[in-house]
Amino acid sequence: MNVNFSKDELAFRDEIRAFLSEKYPADLREKQERGIALEKDDIVRWQKILYGQGWAAVNWPVEYGGTGWSPVQKHIFANEMAAANAPDMIPFGVKMVAPVIYTFGNEEQKARFLPDILQSNVWWCQGYSEPGAGSDLASLKMRADRHGNHYVVNGTKTWTTLGHFADWIFCLVRTSSDVARRQEGISFLLVDMSTPGVTVKPIITLDAEREVNEVHFENVEVPVENLVGEEGKGWTYGKVLLQHERTNIAGVARSKYRMRRLREKAARGIHGALPLLEDRNFARKLASVEIELKALEYTELRTLAAVAVGKAPGPESSILKIKGTELQQAIDALFVEAAGYYALPYVPRQYDAEVPLSEQIGSGTETQTSLRYFNNRKASIYGGSNEIQKNIISKHVLGL
Amino acid sequence: MDFSLTDEQTMLADSVSRFIDNDYDFDTRQKIAAGDARFSAEMWRTFAELGWTAVPFDEADGGLGGGPVELMLMMEQFGRGLVVEPFLPTVVLAGGVLRRTATAAQKDRWLAPLIGGELQAALAFAEPQSRFDLADIATTATNEDTHYLLNGKKAFVLNGGDADLLIIPARTAGQRRGRDGITLFALAADAPGVERKPYPTVDGHSAAEIVLTNVDVGPDSVLGDPGRGFEALRAAVDDAALAVCAEATGILRAMHDKTVEYSKNRVQFGVPIGSFQALQHRMVDMLMICEQCRSLLLWTAMVATSDPADAGKAISALKYQVGSSGRLVAQDAVQIHGGMGVTWELDIAHYFKRFTGIETLFGNADFHLDRYVNESSR
Repeated sequence: MNVNFSKDELAFRDEIRAFLSEKYPADLREKQERGIALEKDDIVRWQKILYGQGWAAVNWPVEYGGTGWSPVQKHIFANEMAAANAPDMIPFGVKMVAPVIYTFGNEEQKARFLPDILQSNVWWCQGYSEPGAGSDLASLKMRADRHGNHYVVNGTKTWTTLGHFADWIFCLVRTSSDVARRQEGISFLLVDMSTPGVTVKPIITLDAEREVNEVHFENVEVPVENLVGEEGKGWTYGKVLLQHERTNIAGVARSKYRMRRLREKAARGIHGALPLLEDRNFARKLASVEIELKALEYTELRTLAAVAVGKAPGPESSILKIKGTELQQAIDALFVEAAGYYALPYVPRQYDAEVPLSEQIGSGTETQTSLRYFNNRKASIYGGSNEIQKNIISKHVLGL
Repeated sequence: MDFSLTDEQTMLADSVSRFIDNDYDFDTRQKIAAGDARFSAEMWRTFAELGWTAVPFDEADGGLGGGPVELMLMMEQFGRGLVVEPFLPTVVLAGGVLRRTATAAQKDRWLAPLIGGELQAALAFAEPQSRFDLADIATTATNEDTHYLLNGKKAFVLNGGDADLLIIPARTAGQRRGRDGITLFALAADAPGVERKPYPTVDGHSAAEIVLTNVDVGPDSVLGDPGRGFEALRAAVDDAALAVCAEATGILRAMHDKTVEYSKNRVQFGVPIGSFQALQHRMVDMLMICEQCRSLLLWTAMVATSDPADAGKAISALKYQVGSSGRLVAQDAVQIHGGMGVTWELDIAHYFKRFTGIETLFGNADFHLDRYVNESSR
């Protein structure tokens, strides 16, 4: 056992750093620093830069365009990306649907979909939850009825993140009700969002933003070649995807970065005040989150190591999801506390590029802290609520 | 020891409760909060007509002679209704300073129209660097013959954009964080040299940043004794801290009740989610916290009534309790509502945001636990 990086790993880290200092565009960097929301084009541009470097699909098998990196290399990459405050990859294509396609799809599907995902030519979104099927996902009702060489799809998907940007949606649909277990009638279907009958309606969240949507399907005709794997096996495929999703959701590297920023902020006297770190209460809370986060970092490394020796991420990924989101939310709350009264003004427009810093209220992104705290209450709800994760652990790990 | 309310107190609580039920439903509230004005002038007139703007003031001043208990009863209902009208900044904060410090002439000029509902007011209790320390005042008032020149910055002045009257604590002597040397000034919000930058707050209310540049005020603007304004400032802010704890208690109870109701109706896995023991226990925990908060609220209101000079410690105990354990109720209410809990459409999200605003107002849980420790060792 050795806690230090090897010479090769250090060289790898320097390579990532050199790439970020050369290729991470200054305008995106500034937007990220100033808390200005990225446009769709910004995100796509950044993902294409990563593709150009061969780093768009870190976890994919090499044959489809992945990196073949060791777990430690992946860990280093995630940390360096977060440390540079580079935007996260939008997960729906690269991290979610692609593993299902390259694991269960046929050769035509791989050739048709994977290159566009890798190159960020096509934006994907996720069609899992429905108004009546949240935690109980297997109760989903959206139907796909086979008529000759196409399915006719009817139903509603909800909480569709960035669905208004998406070109394609991957859906769990019901292809048969005549089954012993309701999980057996579910299939995994890819739908072009431009097909007639697909409509996307915004859901406004508590921070007054549009991030999620409801997607309605009315007699949408989907060619049968868009079915991934076997009809009725979608639940199995979807679970694999969710386990990948859960390991991604932990966001350990991003949390480490945010804790560093919070510590820096608290060490300075903002607005001429005493440094907040001199407040023992705050210093202790900061330390306590740091310690939990260090533990989670090593839990995640252990999981990555297990995946590297051939194991798919199993129910243990639920631990990462629970602890990762709890820590994100604890950090959100600490940022609110650090901002004091400046957590409370609602002035999102002051972060538009045209507004000079001198006219802003609060220091840096202080007035965004409560909005982020509000918005990120979703983290313990999405991807299978943390209560559902505990059910998974008690059933599949504890055998209860 | 007596927990019972007087007939007048019961009538007041019923009157506010009926108003929330009949005239201030969630849709109405949302329309008001989304408007340009941030609160409804019409509602405010109703508040005045019902006598609510007169509640905490002496009968000699045209008030109804109410105290902490009356304030508590009203604010609990305002919490349940998510009321955005500026009762707290105008009546409790600015009114709280005026009733303690104003001369008869000053009361005629400012307190009478405030009670009549014709005057909006604000108390500038914070500066950009001060966090929750009321004595951390860098704004200066320099003496020029009988006049003063005010210079400085005030942060997060609740109702600052709509106020006609501003109460500005400024330093006429002493060190930046010293309690001595603070003087309270009342001035018209449109006085030359007052620059206001108003904004909505994340919880549906409004506040302003205020810059004062050589604002020239006369001796009739001084409230109370020069250099000795801290006590009235602290007392008014303590009233307000008690008021928002009552508001938060009303909010938490509403969140709890709505969550229990939701859990009975939301079906997953073929049964209402309220049948799951994991959720049942959490909702029981939420209920216990609500009850603990209400108990401490009643105790604090009683202490503040019988022994106002010593109420600070009780108020800090209450603000700590509400801020620390109340947060769990608010977060769990959102969590148990699932995705619906983070939508704009549902009231739960708006209760959550107001509760979060209250956590910070007049000092967060850490600040008040420290103050409790300090008051205990006095």
